[in-house]
Amino acid sequence: MENEYLLIMEGISKQFPGVRALSKVDLRTRKGTVHALMGENGAGKSTLMKCLIGIYAPDEGTITFKGERLHITNTHYALSKGISMIHQELSPIPEMTVAENIYLGREPITLYGLVDMRKMNRMATELLERLHIKIKPTAKMCELSIANIQLAEIAKAVSYNSDLIIMDEPTSAITQAEVEGLFSIIRSLKAQGCAIIYISHKMDEIFKITDEVTVFRDGQYISTDSTADLTDGMLIEKMVGRTLTDMFHKETTDMGSVFLDVQNLSGKGFRNVSFQVKRGEILGVAGLMGAGRTELMEAVFGVTRTHGGTIRIEGKEVSIKSPADAIRGGMALLTEDRKLTGLYLNASVRENMFIANINKYLLGPFIRFGKIEKDCEKMRGVMRIKTPSLMQIIKNLSGGNQQKVLISRWLLTEPDLLILDEPTRGIDVGAKSEIYRLMTELVRSGKAIIMISSELPEVLGMSDRIMVMHTGDKIGELSRAEATQEKILQMATGMSLTA
Amino acid sequence: MENPGVTTANKATTGQQGAQLLASIFSKYGIFLIFAVMVLAASILSPAFLSSTNLINIVRQMSIVGLIALGVTGVIVCAGIDLSSGSVVGLAAVVAASMAQMPDYSAAFYPGLHLPLIVPVLAACAVGALVGLINGSLVAKARIPPFIATLGTYTAIRGAANLYTGGRPISNLTDDYNFIGQGDVFGLPVPIIILVVMAAVTHILYAHTKFGKYIYAIGGNEQAARVSGINASRYKMLIYVYASFLAGLAGLVVSSRIGSGQPGLGIGYELDAIAAAVIGGTSLSAGGIGTVAGTIVGALIIGVLNNTLDLMNVSAFWQQIVKGCIIVGAVIIDQLKHRGSK
Repeated sequence: MENEYLLIMEGISKQFPGVRALSKVDLRTRKGTVHALMGENGAGKSTLMKCLIGIYAPDEGTITFKGERLHITNTHYALSKGISMIHQELSPIPEMTVAENIYLGREPITLYGLVDMRKMNRMATELLERLHIKIKPTAKMCELSIANIQLAEIAKAVSYNSDLIIMDEPTSAITQAEVEGLFSIIRSLKAQGCAIIYISHKMDEIFKITDEVTVFRDGQYISTDSTADLTDGMLIEKMVGRTLTDMFHKETTDMGSVFLDVQNLSGKGFRNVSFQVKRGEILGVAGLMGAGRTELMEAVFGVTRTHGGTIRIEGKEVSIKSPADAIRGGMALLTEDRKLTGLYLNASVRENMFIANINKYLLGPFIRFGKIEKDCEKMRGVMRIKTPSLMQIIKNLSGGNQQKVLISRWLLTEPDLLILDEPTRGIDVGAKSEIYRLMTELVRSGKAIIMISSELPEVLGMSDRIMVMHTGDKIGELSRAEATQEKILQMATGMSLTA
Repeated sequence: MENPGVTTANKATTGQQGAQLLASIFSKYGIFLIFAVMVLAASILSPAFLSSTNLINIVRQMSIVGLIALGVTGVIVCAGIDLSSGSVVGLAAVVAASMAQMPDYSAAFYPGLHLPLIVPVLAACAVGALVGLINGSLVAKARIPPFIATLGTYTAIRGAANLYTGGRPISNLTDDYNFIGQGDVFGLPVPIIILVVMAAVTHILYAHTKFGKYIYAIGGNEQAARVSGINASRYKMLIYVYASFLAGLAGLVVSSRIGSGQPGLGIGYELDAIAAAVIGGTSLSAGGIGTVAGTIVGALIIGVLNNTLDLMNVSAFWQQIVKGCIIVGAVIIDQLKHRGSK
């Protein structure tokens, strides 16, 4: 029975207006195995999974599940056949509790036909305990951190007792310890004969947990191999279709004067933090979730209030009360959550680029669209943004390209300091590498960069200096030379390096 | 307040914690506190306020808009809006009244017709449900924005009510029929009893049944509800049917209260009902938020306010201005709450 396929998807195609998202792709998954689906953003992984779970209908091709030909037209049907999914775009209902979210659509009913909340909470408690997830089932989703929301989504997908669970980037928001927890859940699911389709951009996870890897590129099927037969290099080559020699493009640049000098700054979520960043320097900011990194940078940028402490820009003390003050001071902030605080999803690429910068393009009351067109077109070239035109609505672009548009937006303001909060979250290897290249070019031209990142290889690869935070305190700094993964983790969990 | 999201809680001072606790209590029960303060203030400002006749009067006056607001709350929770309810009141009123005229009245709409009371009652509810079905189909099936869809029925249904009677009122209704709006049972006016019963039913429906859970889910995140296997269009459709059913019932009550079915009844009620829901904490900016208790208190706040200003001989024009300010104030509180939770 080893070779029996649980799921066979054959010749699946899907056409969207202007894009052929999938073109006759195949996927075969065995019972009791973890099957990785790899490819750059826009390769068609999520589209294929949405065809499987009934969100999209494929234009052609067949799906055979447990030996039965299925025509999956809605999610309800897919769930009833034993297929569930952890969605990449986290999809909680914010005002409902964890238990209500988990059992949405399958509420237990009392004899009188009412929803049995007590039973539902009990079921959720048992489920979460079994999975070693420490969340209260009666907490509202909107009170949870992104990491806990993701854990609740994982619990929900598992609770269907499906034969096949699709995990679309299940670890994008959770910490290393929680990833280990997820892996032990996956192992026990495997032991029960459940199959898992695992989508992730994190190489170490792929090699740790998956048995087979299928690679897509630009909507085409490339290959399926046993994970044991592959190396990182081979996998990346299959995904991008070329070899990436140096992922990080790190160069040592000549550092200039101190651009930003923050002393003893306190605010909501962080206390008494001091740091500096020089022109030509990349300052990495590491820490676990809840360390106060984002809060600190938002306060520096004037999004939230600070109390106590001083901020100096090029030696001159400044008072930053709003993002407008920060922008005038030469700063730019690329936010952590692209969709929530960054993008105007229904606007075009061009509008998304010039919106922060409209004053530069005014001639009296009129907007000089010609100049905008020229500048945006230049950015599109420099940033290598893949879009059919500047007028394309941005939500149709891949995550990596959306990120590039946001960076372009800030570059058009000609900032001296870029604060990048998780600049490569959820984007694919190729786009990541280009963002690193860009960061290197920016510091070479004398700009300063502060990069918050939860991915240690990225922090180690790109930073000249690394500041580590833990629950709102700055624990210490490491130079590029002395930093290692172990030291950063040690500090991030609250231990200083005095020993 | 517990905060399960933060694994390592910030060491807040006790003072901050106290303030946070206060804020969370206020955001949950604020509307009830405001209501209590208003009642207290009203009873001090005007001794007549606390008399049982006056209190019953307040509730009776708000009972009709209250009925409509119960349904409108569900529609808004489901991230929609219903502008047609005032017009439904008018159509249900004339249809029901036409079936409840004195059989010996020579100028009757259907001369000589004598039907048991249940027929006009059911007719009013059926008229409502039918309009709801149209609203629901337009919104859930044809995917027309709820504001536009119900603006259309708002206009068309008022036209239908006028067309039905030729613009004339239908009067000389049976005593049985008039009892619904004018009678008392155990010293309580029937409209109040109807409101209390429907509020209880609606509360159970919204808070304790699958249907209720699903309209909150759809309003909170429709895509999430769909991927959980919920047939979102069906439940959207049903909430419009239920809302218009309640508006039909309100039409029945109001026509029997004044003893006449008039096609112009209920003009502006849709906005009063939306105001009651919004004052009661139903969020127009984010779906999935709102409760029956909040809406009833919202309607009571409007009632108490009008009543107190009446007792204090404040001009009706000033009352409108005050009501307007309260609606905007309620939305500002709603916005502040959401900023707090971000």
